[in-house]
Formats: sequence, structure tokens, C-alpha cells
Amino acid sequence: MLERYLTAASSYAHSIDHLFILIALVVGFWLIAAEGMMFALIFKFRAKDGRPTQYITGEEPHLKRWISIPHYIIILCDIVILAGAITVWYRIKQVMPPADVTVRVIGQQWAWSFQEPGPDGLLDTADDIRTVGELHVTVNTTYHFELLSRDVVHSFAVPAFRLKQDALPGRTISGWFKPTRVGTYDIQCTQMCGIGHALMAGRIIVETPQDHAAWLLRNSNPAAAEKPVQQAAAAPTTDASATIAEARR
Amino acid sequence: MSTEVLHAEPGIFRKYFFSTDHKMIAMQYLFTGMAMALIGGFFAYVFRMQLGFPNHYVPGYGIVTPGRYNALVTMHGSIMIFWVAMPVLIAAFGNFLIPLMVGCDDMAFPRINRLSYQIFLLSALVLLSSFLVKGGPFGGAWTAYPPLSASGAYNLTPIGATLWLLAVALEFVAFLLGGINFTVTVMNSRAPGMKMYDIPIVIWMIILASIVFMASAGPLIAGAVMLLFDQTMSTGFFDPTRGGDPLLWQHLFWFFGHPEVYVVLLPAMGIVAEIIAVFARKKIFGYKTVLYTTWAVGFLSFVVWAHHQFVAGIDPRMANIFSVTTLLISVPVTEMVFLYIATLYGGSIHLDTPMLWALAFIAEFMIGGVTGIFLGSSGTDIYLHDTYFLIAHFHYTFVPIAIIAVFAGLTFWYPKMFGRMLNETLGKIHFWGTVIPFNVIFIPLFITGIAGDQRRIYNYAQFAEQSRPYLQHLRTTSTIALLVMLAFQLVFLFNFFSSLRNGKAAGANPWRSNTLEWTAASPPPHGNFAEMPTVYRGPYEYGLPGRADDFLPQNVPDGAAGD
Repeated sequence: MLERYLTAASSYAHSIDHLFILIALVVGFWLIAAEGMMFALIFKFRAKDGRPTQYITGEEPHLKRWISIPHYIIILCDIVILAGAITVWYRIKQVMPPADVTVRVIGQQWAWSFQEPGPDGLLDTADDIRTVGELHVTVNTTYHFELLSRDVVHSFAVPAFRLKQDALPGRTISGWFKPTRVGTYDIQCTQMCGIGHALMAGRIIVETPQDHAAWLLRNSNPAAAEKPVQQAAAAPTTDASATIAEARR
Repeated sequence: MSTEVLHAEPGIFRKYFFSTDHKMIAMQYLFTGMAMALIGGFFAYVFRMQLGFPNHYVPGYGIVTPGRYNALVTMHGSIMIFWVAMPVLIAAFGNFLIPLMVGCDDMAFPRINRLSYQIFLLSALVLLSSFLVKGGPFGGAWTAYPPLSASGAYNLTPIGATLWLLAVALEFVAFLLGGINFTVTVMNSRAPGMKMYDIPIVIWMIILASIVFMASAGPLIAGAVMLLFDQTMSTGFFDPTRGGDPLLWQHLFWFFGHPEVYVVLLPAMGIVAEIIAVFARKKIFGYKTVLYTTWAVGFLSFVVWAHHQFVAGIDPRMANIFSVTTLLISVPVTEMVFLYIATLYGGSIHLDTPMLWALAFIAEFMIGGVTGIFLGSSGTDIYLHDTYFLIAHFHYTFVPIAIIAVFAGLTFWYPKMFGRMLNETLGKIHFWGTVIPFNVIFIPLFITGIAGDQRRIYNYAQFAEQSRPYLQHLRTTSTIALLVMLAFQLVFLFNFFSSLRNGKAAGANPWRSNTLEWTAASPPPHGNFAEMPTVYRGPYEYGLPGRADDFLPQNVPDGAAGD
């Protein structure tokens, strides 16, 4: 259902969507039942001349049942929803499948920057590729990310992946995702982070293994291994930075 | 000392500005709250215009810059919660109703009551003054997460941020004073014969809300002092580079912030209970069960706070515990709503304006309630957290509370407050003109949220996924509906002020109600009751079999009058 509104492009997007449908069915039933009951009662017991009101305290057992039985069913429904919620949460946030690649995501006022391993596949080596605003990943590959913030609280959200995690200064927060669909997806910051908050956009570009390998080659310096610091990766300027500069003024 | 001296009419200045009369203080809170609501509504108009018609000139405001947009949403949230819902629901209705409904002449501490309003007024002025300082008002969201809120270098509103914090702290002082006063008054000043279970539900709920507020405000006040020190003295309570922790603030804030939802919900539920009983001519279905569910809600509200922080970087295992408590709190709240619906059964329902509002409260609040389940379930919250789905959910709870229930209460007690009836026709026009657009504002926002619109974004042009045309149509629809809803508020203002002079004289008990406030004159004089009432029974004895009248006021002795 959610996919009608936004592409599901990660391995766990569908489990969130299914949980959403489960909850929608359960609470939808109760909402319609309760609203229907209310409007039916309003209609049935609208004021009419000569029909006196009934004296009911709510202690009568045969009437009390109308509250207590739904009450127990609602507890059951809550347990069903909780089981689903905790299962999905556990799978996405509490355990991480083994990583194929680990990347670093850094939030700062007001841009996302990324550090990806170069051809050697290892992070924090000289051939790392650093980018601003764009993260290039390979489809069907499990990524771990290390999320950092340089200043205030940000939130790393990729709606198409159904991924959201706040970035806190002073901590490294780990998470994972596995893109399942080639394409370009938005990254939004979802925690108020100052006047440039709305302009803190980024993109995740999910590529086929061939395209990603080509991109890696283009952007990594073959001689980088001998250099102490990697400077090769050009930071693509997003149109955001110009607007931010304007906003700052 | 004779009562004539005690209850002599004071001079104009003392009457309107330094009154210790609970009814005058209630009016001060009410009119201050209404003025703040106009300001908060104006801000909503400005930022919705920016979202509906991005980067266009907003009539009456101008171009909305990103910084101003942030300030507008921050101030809209802060004002509507702290300077509209709190003063109107708790302070205005609490002050007006408590002495009248428990049958005493005034609050237990009238001077503390006056001080409470004066501090509240000061807090509102401090907040509004932030529009005049260099850098403008605070724009770091009403939750004010540090380090953004702690440092002028990050938020670029160093003075505005401090003024916001001071205003919130002052507002808390005002409500702590008020809360103590309410509780003591109900404990000690009830009319003879009024036992605990003879107290009307609205009074119970205001008292429980005050207790929940007093118990939850402490941690946030401590947090506010720390944040103030961080801002002004460069301490590092929330600064990780100096051993502080930004998450600490989030815990302190939400430890207060979630109970706060119930602090405003309970008085609203209470108002609705009174109105349903009167207009369905029915005893509340399971009076004691309503109270038990209220206590359960009050207690559970203290153990759900971290559901605001599932993805904030807390230990992920904690999310499971808070998912459980959050879904648990749905049980008593649902039961309370069911009891209200059950009250309609067997009644004789009169659809006057107050009843329309009360029924609309239940119908709309249920939508807010069930959509909360999506957010309280940790799994779906990963996606929906901080999207417009959350905004729509929140407003489906908060608009019923702070707008619909307030209109229910105002239209119901207006005759008692001012001695005249409101115009029914205008009342119904205003009702439909508010409730229909309200749904048209927020139903589209559920969809934009599901489609990935994150909150507090002044312009979605940066995001390809959010730039799809149908999403912009939905945003524009929402904005237009807001304009319609705001326009219909003029009908209310006209009705309110013109009925002060032209309304039909109300008489003491126009709704044929049982509770004690209707035994006083309309409006009640200083000192409230010509003869102090004695209570013989509970507040909801409607439709007693074998009586000519379908109601029996609390103060009528058994065997007297009407049998």
C-alpha cells in the first residue's frame, strides 16, 4: 500500500509496509466500528417527544459487557500489533546482517558528506572516496553505516529505504541498509538543525555492480595509496549550497 | 465580618487588573489565550501559505525566508500548546468551574491565583518580545533540542532562544501555582455533602491533569535551567565535547512532554463528559470506570515518553519497552471513549451547538487515537517518525482538544459566564465551517506523510520524490482548507461579542443541568452563591424514573421540588 505513494527500494522496506497494512486493518476495523456505533446511537436516540430517557448507571452486567468484551479484544489486538512491531524493529534496528561494505555518513550544518571505501574495500585507508551530498552504492549489497554529526542533532532519513536514524554529535551510531532497486533516492534531514534544515538534501544513487565499479575507478586515484590524504574525490556541489549561502545572508 | 464587606464590588482597576475573583482570573486567562490563539493561527496561515504556494508573497506577511519559516513553526507549536491549550483548558475552565462546581465562593488561595495569571501574562509578553530582538525569535522547533538550542552559533537566534526558554519557564511557574491552588480548593472547599464520587468528572479531570503537570514539570524545569546555563554561561550540560549529552535534554523534555499531552487531554475529556450527560439527558455510563481509566491514563502517561525517541539514538532495545507501554495506554483511553459513546445509549439526544462540538470531539479524537498506534509501534515509526503523518496524527488529537473541546466548553458555559445565550444559528454555521475544513486540512497531510514529506521543511523543491505534482496539490488543498477554517472563526468572534450585548437573557439554568454552577445566578456575582449549596447526590441524575422532570440537581434535598 505504501508503495503506491513512494517506491520501496531497500530489503526491509516491505516489512515496514506490511506492518503498516496490518495496523491499518486492525485499527481501521475499530475506528469504523466505533464511529458507526456512535452515529447509529445518535440517530436512534435523538430527542423525540414522549420518549423519556432511560436511567442507566453503567453498572448493569448485561450492559457492561458492551464495554468489557471489546476491552479484552483490544488488548488482544494490541498484542498482535506489538508482535509485528517488535519483529520489524528487531530485524531493522537491533540486529545487523554481515556487512559487504561499510560507509561513513556525516551530518553537519547543512550538508551530508560521505566516506566510502575505495577499490580496496576498506574504510579509513588512503583510497577512500569522500563525497558531499551524494552517496553511491551498489544494488543488492548490504551496507553498514557509521553515522556521525559534526555539530547539532541531524536525522539521516531515506524515505524510499524506509530508513531513519538521528545523528548525534559525540557518538557514532551504526545501522544498515541493503538497496534492492537501481535508481536515485532522496536523503532528507528530519531533525530541525537550523536555518538551512530544509536545504540539507542529499541523494543516494543505487547502481549496478558494473556502474559502481566504473564510478569507483573514475573517482579514485590509482596513486592514492602512496599519499597520506585522499583529495581526489571532487565534492559535487549541490544546488543546496548556493541557496544556503543566500539563506545565511 | 459581614459578607457584604467581603463581597463588595471593587473599583474598575482592581476588578479588571488586580482581581482575586476566580471568575475574573478565568476571564483574564480566557481572553489572553484567545488572543494568543489568534497569533498562533496567524502563524499557521503564514507557513501554510508558504507550503501551499511556495515562495509567493504571503498577504499580510511578505516572503517567508527559511529562517523565518523555522521561527514561525516553532512559535506556532509553542504558542498553541503553552499559551493557548494550557491557559484556556486548565486555567480558564479550571478557575471558572472549580469553585462554582464544588460549591464554594472562591479559590483556596485567591492571591496566589492572581499571581499565577500575572506571571502567565509576563511569560506571554517575554515570548512575544522575542520578535523584536536582534536575530528574531527562536526557530529550533518547540522541542528545542540542543546543541542547536544551546548555542547562538548554531541557531543564529541567541537572544530569541533564551527568551523562549525564559518564557516557557515562567509559564510553568504560573501553572504550578495554579495547580496547587486547584488541588487544595477541591480537597478542602467542597460544599457540605459533596463526597469524592459526587465531584463532576470535569473537575476530577482538571485536578488529575494538574497533578500530572506538577509531577512532570520538575525534570523539564531542571533541564531548562541547565539549557539556560548552556546558552548564557557556556556550561556544557548538553555539549558532548565537554562531557554533556544532548540526549539528556530529550529525555527530560519528553518526560514532561508526553504527560503534557494528557494534561491538556483530560480537561477536554471532562468538558465533553459534562456536555454529553446534559444533552443526552443521561447519567454518565460507568462514572467510576471513567475515573479509573483517568487514573490509569495519568499513571501510564509517565512511562511512555521515549516513544518520541525511537530513532533518536537511544539503545534500540529500549524501543520495545516503550512500544509496549505506549500500546498499553491505548487501552484505558479507548475504554474512556467507549464509555462516552455508551452514555448516548438510551438517551434523548438534543443536538444543540455544545453537543455538536462534544460529539465532534469524540469522532475526530478517535481518528487521532488510532493513527497514534502507527507511531507508537516502533517498526512503523522508523518510517513515519517526523513525517506529515505524525503532524496529521498530532493535530487530530490536538485540534479536538484545544479547539473543538474549547468551543464545546465555551458554547456550553457562555450563558453562565456572561448571562446571555449565544446565537444557535451562527453557532451551527461556525461548527460546520470549522469541522469540515479541519478534516480537509489534515487528511491530505496523512497522505503526504506516507509519501515521504518530512516536517519543518519550508520548500520541498530540493527533493525529487517530494516534488511530484500530486503532493503539491495535496499541500495546496490543505492550505486552502485552512483559509476557509480561519475565515469561519470570524463568525464565532462576531457571535461571541455581539451576544454579550444582544443575546437572549440566559437565566440560571438554561440547559436544565444538575451541577452546582447552574444554581448560581448567570453571571454569578462576587462570592458566587446567594445561599451556599449543600449536596445530596452525584452530578448526573438524569431521567430518574417516576419523576416529572428528567433532571435532579445536586443541591435539591431528597423528597423536595419536582416529585
